[in-house]
Amino acid sequence: MRKEKSEQVKGAGSSQWNNPLTLLFPAIGKRTISLVGNLGAMLIFFSLAFVNIFQRKQFREIVNQVFYIGATSSLIVMLVGLFTGMVLGLQLFYTLVKFGSVGALGSAVSLSLIREMGPVLTAIMITARAGSGMAAEIGILRISEQIDALYAMRIDPVRYLISPRIAASIISFPLLTAFFDLIGIMGGYITGVLLLGTSGGTYFYRVQSSLDMVDIRGGFIKALVFAVIVSCICCFQGYFCHMRTDGYGSRAVGLATISAVVLSCVMVLIADYVVTSFLM
Amino acid sequence: METTPLIEFKNITKRFGEKTVLDKVNLKIYENQITTIIGKSGTGKSVLLKHIIGLLKPDDGTILFEGRPIDKMKKSEWEEYRSKVAYLFQNNALLDSMTVFDNVAFPLRQTTNLHKQEIEKLVLKRIEDLELAEAVNKYPSELSGGMQKRVALARALVTDPKIVLFDEPTTGQDPIRKNMILSMITHYRRKFGFTAVMISHDIPDVFFISDRIIILWQGGVGFEGTYEEAVNRKLPLIDEFLRSLEGFEDELTGLLSREAFRVHYAAMLGGTATVSAVSAALFSIRLNLLHDALGPQASMEVLRTLGEYTNRRFNPIGGFSARHSRDEILTIFPHTSIDKAQKLVSDFAQELKLKALDSIESIAAEKIGTEVCFDIFIRAGVTEVFPTDTTDQIIKKARAKQEIVATHRCDSGGSV
Repeated sequence: MRKEKSEQVKGAGSSQWNNPLTLLFPAIGKRTISLVGNLGAMLIFFSLAFVNIFQRKQFREIVNQVFYIGATSSLIVMLVGLFTGMVLGLQLFYTLVKFGSVGALGSAVSLSLIREMGPVLTAIMITARAGSGMAAEIGILRISEQIDALYAMRIDPVRYLISPRIAASIISFPLLTAFFDLIGIMGGYITGVLLLGTSGGTYFYRVQSSLDMVDIRGGFIKALVFAVIVSCICCFQGYFCHMRTDGYGSRAVGLATISAVVLSCVMVLIADYVVTSFLM
Repeated sequence: METTPLIEFKNITKRFGEKTVLDKVNLKIYENQITTIIGKSGTGKSVLLKHIIGLLKPDDGTILFEGRPIDKMKKSEWEEYRSKVAYLFQNNALLDSMTVFDNVAFPLRQTTNLHKQEIEKLVLKRIEDLELAEAVNKYPSELSGGMQKRVALARALVTDPKIVLFDEPTTGQDPIRKNMILSMITHYRRKFGFTAVMISHDIPDVFFISDRIIILWQGGVGFEGTYEEAVNRKLPLIDEFLRSLEGFEDELTGLLSREAFRVHYAAMLGGTATVSAVSAALFSIRLNLLHDALGPQASMEVLRTLGEYTNRRFNPIGGFSARHSRDEILTIFPHTSIDKAQKLVSDFAQELKLKALDSIESIAAEKIGTEVCFDIFIRAGVTEVFPTDTTDQIIKKARAKQEIVATHRCDSGGSV
């Protein structure tokens, strides 16, 4: 009797699980729970790291990280800034020529760079250069038990490893964005004025007259938001690479680095839209 | 009244997914003792150590420190407890982007307010103690496995912890270094008075220095007590496991292992009481004093030399020897009267004086410089052996008769 009952239940269960919708919902639910869990973990992780920035013995490590994240990335950021400005100058020149308003080139280049392209491209460049390095370095420290060793030595790994990186990102991102913007405007000058013959005076007059403090402030707010996003995602991915289910050991470090870069870039673009909509 | 254990595990259970690694483990670790944990691979030895330092939390059960549950400690109490514990990782876990000096200095720089000069002094002392002076500016990847282990040991000891957890400290070391590390653990334990909890498979070397052993068996504690108790109790599976770990030879001295010695001794007696005229000699050297005078590596060289000479001298005449304890060697002379055995020991002592002690001096000169003054006394006790005597009884009798047979006196500038 009991056996029959269990078979009935089993039968009912199997027909229920043949329905594609009932297969879909648990999968979505699982993903959602995992996503919310990860977001919560990341928020706690960031909060702990942020609070620890202001602890003792952090200054030296923050300076080291500013050098690593900021100074060593400056060349590549300026190079990208230069060519972005140059290509903007080129594209906008031929577009504005059609409307007879080449004089507005300075405005177009500077506003595009300062409001949007500067913060976004700088964040993506730093993600590619320093963010991947952060994830890989912390991941290796994790799998080689060096993070456990820090804990065993009574050194808070979040304080020692994560806080300086977040602090350094918060310092470096706006500075590098400023460099990017400046060099980008110079790039626009090179193509628009030196190569295509627009008036230099008009170019700089337009740059100066069209830019408001609001634009610069907006650009810096974006840079700060991206700094937090990129450093937090990259450190989080590296720090918890040992908990990945899709790979172990060095493979987990590789996957963590990929996730760090991809997620950071996507999140930068999403955050860019959100922040812009608040600033407008 | 029973002493309160320093650390006590009460019904500790730890699961990783479906696998239960520790299943209601109960064990006690006492202050100022060296407790060695042994067990097959995957029995949760490292997991157990990681619970002590808080790297892992138990699923069930409580860990008590001086009778207080560590999971109920206030933050300040927990920090204080943590400051007393150091951990030596199995794979060393050295910070690979830092030099040896920086690795050793790191915990001091991060957790103390000492001045740069004080830190430098402490670090250099530890580096010197562990004979790492030539590696001070090197990175971990530039060092051999043995040197990396010593750097990790220096880092673990630099903060003068009260409890040191050693996760396989001698793995990957040659016999001299292995014994040197064990000797150092004993030496520092004596000097700083810490409690050591060690995971090791180096049997019997590790037993020479351990006060208690804990054998993890099938998720629980299979045995807890002294080595002698473990051997005498003869728990079938555990006995087999211990024998599988103990080789035929003592790696450092080349003498028989204790188990092989027992087999030889039993075979010699042949289970009868008809064997006549058997004698035994117990040689000993004060390894602790030697360690203080010559340092860990040189003192191990001395012990190795003594073992070599014992083998070379007595094996051809049918004798067999084993390292009985950290600094004692027991030799059995079959078919030898006590008078003849005394003559053999006397000749041996003469050879030691003429050759071995001079080589010890040259070791010392090489390691610590000739100007350092030290004395060495080698003692020997000769006794008759009766067929009914156990090894422990022989040792007891021989120890009672021990006297100095060879001496190196510092003020005489060599052997006397």
